[in-house]
Amino acid sequence: MEIAMQNIFKSFGDNHVLKGVNFTLAPGEIHALMGENGAGKSTLMNILTGILPIERGQIKINGQVTHFKNAMDAELHGISFIHQEMNNYGEMTVLENMFINREITNRFGILKTSAMRTQARKYLDYLGADFGLDMPIHDLSVGNQQLVEIAKSLMTDAQVIIMDEPTSALTENEINKLFKIVKELQATGVGFIYISHRMEEITTLCDTITIMRDGISVTTTKVADTNVNQIVKAMVGRDLTEFYPERTTQVGEVYFEAHGLSRQGVFNDVSFDVHSGEIVAFAGLMGAGRTEIMRAIFGIDRLDHGQIKVSGKVVENHSPAAAIKHGIGFMTENRKDEGLILDATIADNIDLASLRSFTKYGLIDEHNDRIFVEALIKRLTIKTQTADIAVSSLSGGNQQKVVLAKWIGAGSQVLILDEPTRGVDVGAKREIYDLMNELTARGVAIIMISSDLPEVLGMSDRINVVYEGKIMGTLATKNATQETVMTLATGGQING
Amino acid sequence: MDNTKRQQFNVMDFIGKLGPVLALAFLVFLVTLLNHSFLDINNLLNLLRQVSTNALIAFGMTFVILTAGIDLSVGSILAFTGAITAQMIIAGVHPAFAFLLGVLIGAILGGVNGVIIAYGGAAPFIATLATMTIYRGATYVLTDGNPISGAKMTNSFFFQVIGRGYFLGIPFPIVIMLVAFIILYVLLHKMAFGRKTYAIGGNAKAAFVSGIKINKITILIYTLSGIMASIAGFILTSRLNSAQPDAGVTYEMDAIAAVVLGGTSLAGGKGRLLGTLVGALIIGTLNNGMNLLGISSFYQQIVKGIVIIIAVLIDRKKAV
Ligand SMILES: Nc1ncnc2c1ncn2[C@@H]1O[C@H](COP(=O)(O)OP(=O)(O)OP(=O)(O)O)[C@@H](O)[C@H]1O
Ligand SMILES: [Mg+2]
Repeated sequence: MEIAMQNIFKSFGDNHVLKGVNFTLAPGEIHALMGENGAGKSTLMNILTGILPIERGQIKINGQVTHFKNAMDAELHGISFIHQEMNNYGEMTVLENMFINREITNRFGILKTSAMRTQARKYLDYLGADFGLDMPIHDLSVGNQQLVEIAKSLMTDAQVIIMDEPTSALTENEINKLFKIVKELQATGVGFIYISHRMEEITTLCDTITIMRDGISVTTTKVADTNVNQIVKAMVGRDLTEFYPERTTQVGEVYFEAHGLSRQGVFNDVSFDVHSGEIVAFAGLMGAGRTEIMRAIFGIDRLDHGQIKVSGKVVENHSPAAAIKHGIGFMTENRKDEGLILDATIADNIDLASLRSFTKYGLIDEHNDRIFVEALIKRLTIKTQTADIAVSSLSGGNQQKVVLAKWIGAGSQVLILDEPTRGVDVGAKREIYDLMNELTARGVAIIMISSDLPEVLGMSDRINVVYEGKIMGTLATKNATQETVMTLATGGQING
Repeated sequence: MDNTKRQQFNVMDFIGKLGPVLALAFLVFLVTLLNHSFLDINNLLNLLRQVSTNALIAFGMTFVILTAGIDLSVGSILAFTGAITAQMIIAGVHPAFAFLLGVLIGAILGGVNGVIIAYGGAAPFIATLATMTIYRGATYVLTDGNPISGAKMTNSFFFQVIGRGYFLGIPFPIVIMLVAFIILYVLLHKMAFGRKTYAIGGNAKAAFVSGIKINKITILIYTLSGIMASIAGFILTSRLNSAQPDAGVTYEMDAIAAVVLGGTSLAGGKGRLLGTLVGALIIGTLNNGMNLLGISSFYQQIVKGIVIIIAVLIDRKKAV
């Protein structure tokens, strides 16, 4: 299938997002679509698949002008869209989610469950996903939910698959599997539009790349004819050579300690410490238990055993409120679920964890609140026209920055960041890293969970590698390599 | 940030917030057209006095609904606290003190709802449906099913003034309604408590992770609802000069209707207290207007229901 989008325009109110974008997908091509957060990538794909109405311009499918009425219409014509923001039904099972609106039934309308099970299992196995079909989907990690979305899309026999940041929650292994499948499908003639902020994925997977900036498509080239520096420059409009700033912070005394933390069936005997001014990364495969350890430390889940010390004092966190009082902050990984109040404004989201600091006798100091919010919006370069619109209208990467702003604003001395740069563009990533350096320079102890190995190696001082709920080893980052981390993360041993 | 953009967003906001006010204005216009005596000052004060009990309950209900909850027990709390307060007065407790005790009992009954919902994890609809019957039953037990009245009530200045007195020419229930509105407006829109209320309704999980003590806030909100119901109960007892065991039946429906007419979303997280006041006025105007026009109470119910459906449909359109 060949897709040609010509001179596409789209605005939201006064926000002119697309100002004449051209985009062409050749049959069987893997085409990367890149651009900063808020550049309009998701919007362009929403227009292609009929989710958003087009304002001006035209779309040709195999040479014929075709404007889809809605997402189902696009899907029936062989275009499947794996969204950046997952739209699943939390209480329903994996199976039910996979077949929603495309149930297999007999001629009396009765569900043919076993046929659906077989098919679902087939595609999930293909992706190497081993969770059960009857689990409620909200019990799965974000990464596993992403796999369900991918399996769902593979099931539709699409000729074009749009992937909007499919790997942002996946780890190396799952990504490799996904890439293998994408290549296999490509060999059978399936085309892909691939949106991602991870440079190395573009160069290993994609054939062609289109870069968007300021509402237009600035270039389209063969990936082989360009390089990472050129791509980044076209995206952000300036040179950006070093992705990771140097870690120069003076690491201080031990500030945070965890001793023998256990939670039945989830993690076992986890001990580690973080010094003030230090960044300790937690690496591991999806489902290794990294997030679960942090949830228990922060008082979201219960701890069965173990002790937590902050600045030498034993603390008990029965709830997030208690943890926050002890100076701990936790930026959770799933922004839609636990990170944001989507319908509330940016301002109301950002100050949610810091209400206490500008409240006197229960009254909110609106003036200081506003200064606080605006400063964080500026510091994190959140792309918006006002702090008073719903976060749901922001692009994915900018929503991520709102969650980060909330926790940076909370002024914690121990900051747990779970996938802090998920879905954030290269330029903004660099800004977040700079910010982390700034925080550690002020003595903040940072715990960073990341599935992005280059990020782990580039931005930490020490690395704890978690495998099946245990810390397999602690590496000094300067001695660590991708190989040593991966060996530990898959349950292997390293010598010396 | 760009100022013109900000304005544009606010226009939409403005129309959204103004919807209920426009509806009220239209209604007032219509009723006046059909019967000029609607605008008589006495009729208007009478209307506001009729509105006050429902408005008080609806103010509390607004907080509850903002958290995506519901409180069906308000009518029963009103009856129970009204009855027990009347009994205390007859037994010789000073009416002012009895009033405070009644409010305290209302707070406790509301708090029980909150505890069941917050700690028991019960769905608010079910929890308050159960306590609605329990509290109503308790009222019948307490009163033996008979109205309570007595000389100690009719002779007390304090007791009389709450429901029937005037302050600067304004009926006292209206004064109470306005004072309550101001206090709760500040609580909801100017204090951290209000922010937390919205946050719980918007996304309880995110609110919890952000350090908001959602159980505590939830209990306090149902407590508030109980307090408002018991204040309304006292006003009603004073107006009628007696406590009726079946007082307040279906009051929860009028309160919910006022909240929804005022633009607050039953899904939680969205709405304003001013909207609820307007919503209560819409219902009051409908009742009053239809009475003036001599429409039978049977038809009145039908009309009220239709108005609610229209309001909700307009609201849905706006959301899309
Ligand atoms: N429903 C909406 N209402 C208002 N503005 C919107 C809406 N959807 C998107 N926008 C705006 O359009 C712009 C482009 O958003 P879009 O989601 O397409 O960006 P993106 O390139 O996908 O970014 P990211 O890399 O962060 O996912 C942003 O400024 C965003 O705020
Ligand atoms: Mg996007």
